[in-house]
Amino acid sequence: MSETRENLRALTFTQAVNEALRQEMERDGTVFIMGEDVAGGAGRADFEDAWGGPFRLTKGLIGEFGPDRVRDTPISEAGFIGAGVGAAATGMRPIVDLMFVGFFGVCGDQIMNNAAKMHYMFGGKVGVPLTIMTSIGAGTNSAAQHSETLYSIFAHFPGLKCVCPSGPYSAKGLHIAAIRDDDPVIVFNHALLMGRRGANVERDDVYGLHVPEDPYVLPIGKSLVAREGADVTLIGTGYTTLVCCEAAAQLAEQGYSAEVVDLLSISPLDEETILESVMKTRKVVIVDEDYPRCSVASDLSALVAEEAFDYLDAPPKRVTAPHTPVPYSQPLEALYLPNRERVVSAALSVLA
Amino acid sequence: MRVEPQFLPSTEAVEPIRLLDEAGRLAPGAEAPLDPSRTLEALRFMMFGRAFDARCWSMQRQGRLGTFAPITGQEAAIMGSAMAADPARDWLVPQYRELPALLRHGYPVERVVLYRQGHPAGGFVPPGVRVMPYQVSLAAQLPHAVGIGWGMKLQAQSGVAMVYFGDGASSEGDFHESCNLAGIVDAPVIFLLQNNGWAISTPRSIQTAGSDIASRAPAYGFPGVSVDGNDLMAVYLVTAQAVERARQGGGPTLIEAHTYRMGAHTTADDPSRYVDPETEKGWARRDPILRVQRYLAQLGEWSEDRDAQWRKEIEADVDDAFERASRFPPPRASDLYEHVFDEVTPALARQRRWHLQEAAGGDEETG
Repeated sequence: MSETRENLRALTFTQAVNEALRQEMERDGTVFIMGEDVAGGAGRADFEDAWGGPFRLTKGLIGEFGPDRVRDTPISEAGFIGAGVGAAATGMRPIVDLMFVGFFGVCGDQIMNNAAKMHYMFGGKVGVPLTIMTSIGAGTNSAAQHSETLYSIFAHFPGLKCVCPSGPYSAKGLHIAAIRDDDPVIVFNHALLMGRRGANVERDDVYGLHVPEDPYVLPIGKSLVAREGADVTLIGTGYTTLVCCEAAAQLAEQGYSAEVVDLLSISPLDEETILESVMKTRKVVIVDEDYPRCSVASDLSALVAEEAFDYLDAPPKRVTAPHTPVPYSQPLEALYLPNRERVVSAALSVLA
Repeated sequence: MRVEPQFLPSTEAVEPIRLLDEAGRLAPGAEAPLDPSRTLEALRFMMFGRAFDARCWSMQRQGRLGTFAPITGQEAAIMGSAMAADPARDWLVPQYRELPALLRHGYPVERVVLYRQGHPAGGFVPPGVRVMPYQVSLAAQLPHAVGIGWGMKLQAQSGVAMVYFGDGASSEGDFHESCNLAGIVDAPVIFLLQNNGWAISTPRSIQTAGSDIASRAPAYGFPGVSVDGNDLMAVYLVTAQAVERARQGGGPTLIEAHTYRMGAHTTADDPSRYVDPETEKGWARRDPILRVQRYLAQLGEWSEDRDAQWRKEIEADVDDAFERASRFPPPRASDLYEHVFDEVTPALARQRRWHLQEAAGGDEETG
């Protein structure tokens, strides 16, 4: 980031997504949005745009683009995500909002058997340029069915691209990339990131806060080094990238230089950036909020073990949620999430 | 010869059945299906539900409870149907907006408090209480109810499954699949649709293009009925008939109770941004609790004094619910690992040991 604090264009995560959606809808008439409560039109013109989705990502869009392009749907996830697949296969670029990722069970067939496989099963003749936006993550006291992360499940399916922004800058760039991509892309937006008020410019670490006004694309399949370091690599995804940055700052106080890799793209995976960093620092801590079994974290751990074994000074270390559902109880939920202390302690254990 | 295909006519919405008008007067020639003492029993639960909502709302705003869905405005739909169910043999299968029905059926109110505190003990339904846990996943309870009803039928039991859901949930595929299956196997299921006008900010008018939802029932081979959901007597009348029919082997019924969500979807919602205040005022005049009180007043069973007395007693009952909940020990860190499986697996036990060592203070109480 070359920007100084003075010329930062600071947007919140939510504003950055909103700007991405608006700019892409202005640029391309085939882009439209549908989902539950995305318009918040309440069926009356004078109450239009009262809501803009539970995380306000679509706030203001119905006023600019009208109810034909910003559409409240019935509570029918299989219906509207399937409609998104159909529209995408025949010339539109739909954005569908799956309010919480845990709702994927209702529409799994449309995502896994249709969006993911149509291009392959029809000999590459049909493209599905569909964008699915969904919210993920614990930490909002929303209980087991509204707090999951689950991107590992989607990454398991060939044919689906999966991206996970870590802040306003990557949020805008990845949403635009997803919309323009000719394959189905799922964008996983963490509830704690969307819930952040203000742009947090007081933080020393300005990574990802500056948001250029002109549209830009962060390439899908690329990770970024959020902070350079020499002693240990911390890999984060979405919200856990912030946890890694906090841990890196604390490690610096203790005299260790930690490098933070912001995964951004879960599928495809940027093996090159990950391996390059690990081969340099020779130690890795993988931080992931998803259930730990058969997960992105275990996948990264296997990658490092298989491809960089000879470079490692210590076995790869994972810091994840426990393999349990997300507890509703606030004190238990606080124990559930990977946090700075756990990452620091894991890093110190591989640095020892 | 030219063939003229016969297109089925679109169904017209039928006028919902009503027994009590807004002034609490019984329709001419109608008999009250609930006698005064049972009416009072229902009213007590209705008033408790509303008072409990108010208390929980203020506790949630203080950060002492998690997100919950209030029931205010829907008390007649809830209790009119619940009064037709027999706690000894019928199952109640809730969504998340039926609190007083569950209480009448034996679900302990302190468990509701604990549930809303996120306490692991809150989800526990005591043995013998025929209530399924709250269902946050919309419409997922509908197939469960078909299985419950069908199971009772196979065991030659006389119980029915009464399953609650809303207008929004009726758009999920689970609704169609459940109705279809229930119709085929003649499951003793009462599909109790509380049409409260809203799915968060999405109004009923754009939830479905159909004139009403009850009229879908005949397509599945069983009857549907439309009822004024703010009328305790009317909801009870149609539900009691449906329950009786189901007990006799007559299969399922779809009841659409037209009511109104007099407030927010949940504590995470702010309806003032999208609800027309005039519409809300109109529904306030149709308040289901006032209607019952006015009816009882005509019988000499209700007065301002009695109202004041009951409010005082109910506030004390609410206090008592919170007091009893507070006697449960707070959740422990190890609870995170309980109930994932019937028995904690060796891998989870190792994780638990490690996690508790790591969490400062070990397995101390978290609260």
